[in-house]
Amino acid sequence: MDARGVVCWRAADVHTHSSLVLYQWHNHTAAGMFGTPCPGHPAKELGIRIPRPLGHGPSRFIPEKETIQVGKEDATMHTLFAESFATLGRLDNVTLVMVFHPQYLESFLKTQHYLLQMDGPLPLHYRHYIGIMAAARHQCSYLVNLHVNDFLHVGGDPKWLNGLENAPQKLQNLGELNKMLAHRPWLITKEHIEQLLKTEENSWSLAELIHAVVLLTHYHSLASFTFGCGISPEIDCEGGHTFRPPSVSNYYICDITNGYHGVDEIHASQAGSIPSTESVCEVEALMEKMKQLQECRDEEEASQEEMATRFEREKRESMFVCSSEDEESAATRDVSRHFEDTSYGYKDFSRHGMHVPTFRVQDYSWEDHGYSLVNRLYPDVGQLLDEKFHIAYNLTYNTMAMHKDVDTSMLRRAIWNYIHCMFGIRYDDYDYGEINQLLDRSFKVYIKTVVCTPEKTTKRMYDSFWRQFEHSEKVHVNLLLVEARMQAELLYALRAITRYMT
Amino acid sequence: MEKMARVTTALGGNALTGRTMFCHLDAPANAISVCRDAAQVVVAGRNIFKIYSIEEEQFVEKLNLRVGRKPSLNFSCADVVWHQMDENLLATAATNGVVVTWNLGKPSRNKQDQLFTEHKRTVNKVCFHPTEVYMLLSGSQDGYMKCFDLRKKDSVSTFSGQSESVRDVQFSIRDYFTFAATFENGNVQLWDIRRPDRYERMFTAHNGPVFCCDWHPEDRGWLATGGRDKMVKVWDMNTTRAKEIYCVQTIASVARVKWRPECKHHIATCSMMVDHNIYVWDVRRPFIPSAMFEEHKDVTTGIVWRHLHDPYFLLSGSKDSTLYQHIFKDASQPIDRANPEGLCYSLYGDLAFAAKESLVSSDSNRKPYIGDRRHPIFFKRKLDPTEQFEYISSCSALSVFETDVESGSMDWFVHTAKQYALAGRPLAELCDHNAKVAKGLDRNQVSVGRLLLQGLGAWKGLMGSCPTQVAQTWTMLRIIYSSLGTVASTNLNHSMGKGSTALPLMNSFNLKDIPAGLGSESRLDRSKGESRTENILMDSSSTLINNEDNEETEGSDVPADYLLGDVEADEDELYMMDHENPHAEEQEYSLPQEAFPLRHEIVDNPSALDHLQDKADSPHVSGNEAETVGQGRLAPRQRQRGRDGVADARGVLLADLHLPLALREPPALRLLQPHRAGHAALLRRAGRRADGRVRAHRAGGAHPQGDRRADAGTAPGGSALPCWDPVGWHPARDWGTSLLLQPLSGRL
Repeated sequence: MDARGVVCWRAADVHTHSSLVLYQWHNHTAAGMFGTPCPGHPAKELGIRIPRPLGHGPSRFIPEKETIQVGKEDATMHTLFAESFATLGRLDNVTLVMVFHPQYLESFLKTQHYLLQMDGPLPLHYRHYIGIMAAARHQCSYLVNLHVNDFLHVGGDPKWLNGLENAPQKLQNLGELNKMLAHRPWLITKEHIEQLLKTEENSWSLAELIHAVVLLTHYHSLASFTFGCGISPEIDCEGGHTFRPPSVSNYYICDITNGYHGVDEIHASQAGSIPSTESVCEVEALMEKMKQLQECRDEEEASQEEMATRFEREKRESMFVCSSEDEESAATRDVSRHFEDTSYGYKDFSRHGMHVPTFRVQDYSWEDHGYSLVNRLYPDVGQLLDEKFHIAYNLTYNTMAMHKDVDTSMLRRAIWNYIHCMFGIRYDDYDYGEINQLLDRSFKVYIKTVVCTPEKTTKRMYDSFWRQFEHSEKVHVNLLLVEARMQAELLYALRAITRYMT
Repeated sequence: MEKMARVTTALGGNALTGRTMFCHLDAPANAISVCRDAAQVVVAGRNIFKIYSIEEEQFVEKLNLRVGRKPSLNFSCADVVWHQMDENLLATAATNGVVVTWNLGKPSRNKQDQLFTEHKRTVNKVCFHPTEVYMLLSGSQDGYMKCFDLRKKDSVSTFSGQSESVRDVQFSIRDYFTFAATFENGNVQLWDIRRPDRYERMFTAHNGPVFCCDWHPEDRGWLATGGRDKMVKVWDMNTTRAKEIYCVQTIASVARVKWRPECKHHIATCSMMVDHNIYVWDVRRPFIPSAMFEEHKDVTTGIVWRHLHDPYFLLSGSKDSTLYQHIFKDASQPIDRANPEGLCYSLYGDLAFAAKESLVSSDSNRKPYIGDRRHPIFFKRKLDPTEQFEYISSCSALSVFETDVESGSMDWFVHTAKQYALAGRPLAELCDHNAKVAKGLDRNQVSVGRLLLQGLGAWKGLMGSCPTQVAQTWTMLRIIYSSLGTVASTNLNHSMGKGSTALPLMNSFNLKDIPAGLGSESRLDRSKGESRTENILMDSSSTLINNEDNEETEGSDVPADYLLGDVEADEDELYMMDHENPHAEEQEYSLPQEAFPLRHEIVDNPSALDHLQDKADSPHVSGNEAETVGQGRLAPRQRQRGRDGVADARGVLLADLHLPLALREPPALRLLQPHRAGHAALLRRAGRRADGRVRAHRAGGAHPQGDRRADAGTAPGGSALPCWDPVGWHPARDWGTSLLLQPLSGRL
């Protein structure tokens, strides 16, 4: 039994499905989804090719042994696994990584479930298709593949998958908004909204539009998470499996003895040997800075102009924060390529340092304005998103690497505000000088990449920031990135919609 | 604006005069505040901080407080407050967390006085102590409230909200040491200014942030709160546990609440998003605002009554960069636009429809109400001879339509579901298309309903019902949306005997209680519709207004039916005012008095006096009033009643068909959500503005199963029902012991 198998069985137990059901499900993934058995490789007696997972564990960045092992989860996680399995029909890798933070995961799953499956203005296949559109903006084949399956499953027309131009005009109209949201949300104006709502033949209703916007932002940011945490492809998706017979007959032994484990140890030794002392200092230095900032906040009073300058500087600089490594662009197989429009991406303008106008959060905030608009047009979703933002923003275990009882609110706020700063969103009551003190360059590179061009995220980036921190803490950072990005996109879209309605 | 009233109010010699007027500001306003002399107003926002004097005809800019070349965030105001004792003293809350005080007495151009930089986050609110000149309170996003003594450099005490953001702080008007604070997590806390270590009381007031609160200017125990959950709640703080005594559901998150001076139950609100209007509610009548100001083109951010003791002048600032003075006389009256109707399905698909008599009564064909009510559909209280309200002006009619068993086939549904288009095209086209579809399916009735869809958000809900009911419903809705008493009545009544003619909308509904002759005939064809309608016999002739005292009403375009002497609710107080001011031109309308008694008396009022007063407003207890004629205190009321004739007797507002997103948006097709268990849905309409919920209530009385008649009147427990709804089917039963009618104002 391979690792995925274990996962499935556990989920089955949890859900008191008979093992038969699961067995069928497994067969289905094995045979049904991968097409016909290949005559060239007559595997086993039945002639069915048995796929084997390629990746090791749910994330390429996190060694499998450090993720939460299915079977070792506590009661809360157990419930969440069950929930996830019940709603998604699988225990996906995103869930397996997010479960580091069960409180968040619960809210995440609830929201996603609501967006995709519950009452809402858009038909089911539209929802998945919009998910595909959004994920494809970042060439996130992981999400694209998942939703292609779902799309077909709910009766979507396979022809649509040949590219956006094959979809109904109505969805095509959404393409522009999708692009802008993903890459330059500050350009969205009420005219764009008007365009969508007023086109005679294929117009969107406000409620549909809100639903679509929430889906788009959800999948843009989920793509960030997928790349930011190096989520491995699902076994049943392209790139997630191989039909090559394992070198050792027992999968388990294979997993433990072969491949990743060794690699991981090599990596560990690399990471351990060179920067260990330095990175220990890194944590302490960071904590020291936080303490200093906390203390001298009141003393040193920066002038108003200085505060404004700091924000502008941070915003401008964030434009140029770029990884030097322009590495392999992520695999863009299959469906995802049909949706690419390389003519429009973040990098087009980031090189030129395009001017991002300032958006004052005191004039349009999620809590006061965005929430009300969403909840009005798409009941309950405002509430769900509100909870999710709240949990992500306030989540803390009061730890930093090996240190306990640390108040991390300042650090979390710096990360959140830095992301919003990249989108031009300014908090009047924040001193952007703090960001420079708390976020070092490699961290900024990582944040910037994950948020703006997630497909460019590499394991090296992931490894090179916060070296002494736990993986769960890096996943925690990703949650902040994901939610801050989603909120930023939403703010721009919702503000445009509000202006349209006014 | 149709009329621009010029109003003078006597305020102990200082007459407030003026008209509805506005001026353009340079930038959006975030907050406004008035000087105690009621002659000046300060407007503050991100890019504006100015003082205007309120002249007779216009606002005149007096002073620009944003001086200096460099834009500073210290001037970016989230809130502003003008001291009510010292005319030279102002305080602002800045978005960057700074609290600034301003002294207008300074000779220099820069009036900035003190600068407090203690808060780490945006300060949402500042508030001066009502009687203590130097005491200033602030509430911030950082979760702290700070009390400043303006003679000192730093705050004197800090109150911690446990890292929950503070949205509003208000000193109690009567209790020297008390202030209330509202929080983003829905809580309200009461603090004693001497005890910074912990709050005195805390309770959860709203679901989500509580954006604002306001102490009642007269009653020390009342605190009004408004939240993101769209509710305005009034809390009685006199009891050991804060008790919610009133609740108004608005249509958008509530940004500000301000009690109306001199009107005990009136409160002005404005919203944070989407809705730009200002409403004045009578908290006892939570369904329809008693007044509405619709001038602003963007959200209203600040409202303030111009004078502490004047209920007729309201000032407002808005994101649309205007400052307005509203005069009550120019307010619009949502009740004008609300037709009192309601309709509701029962579990088995029967449909009840109730409407104001005048909407359906023009046909003489209709079966009149007869005395024999074996199964009265209408809930009718046993008349108390002492009551004055037995027969009053308005009548209501209720029709119940039973589904034809034959029409149980669901084929139509499948076809309809497949062919109807519900989205993706303009409404008109959709309607046409669907009308065609309906025709194709031999369901002509439906095509008629096209009309109904104008602005109707309940479409999807209708789609889900029986075909005949679609038609039925559409007729009903059309009645609702057509002008008073035109199309409606004929349609309804035509269908009664000869359903195949005219609008065949009643087809396939069984007549119940139909006279034998008529019935046998109509039962032959499919059109066995019944429109059992009845009147609560009230004197409909007496709608005339008799307003000798108020000459100004002449020429008023306020429909006579709804015109009342003055703020009806607070007659005593207003009557007093009338004395002071012989002109008494403040001829305001108020919500109509209901023809039906309130189901429950308002008993929460702390003082006996108030209690009586409340009672006096309810027809239910008007009998009591009659009994207490001797009491001098009630005399004004009596007089008024006499004067107005039965003007305050109104049609029963059976139900309000609520439009989920109002009419302002492209038709958002929205599912009707049955409130409970999905069995019964109730459409409510309260005009364009008012909000409504869809719900049905369970009746208290036992109900013999199988008796498929609306039998509310005989429901044993009928008169003791805890709640009323305009029209509602019992959620779990086919026929309603709960087919109840509710007067417009009843509280839920």
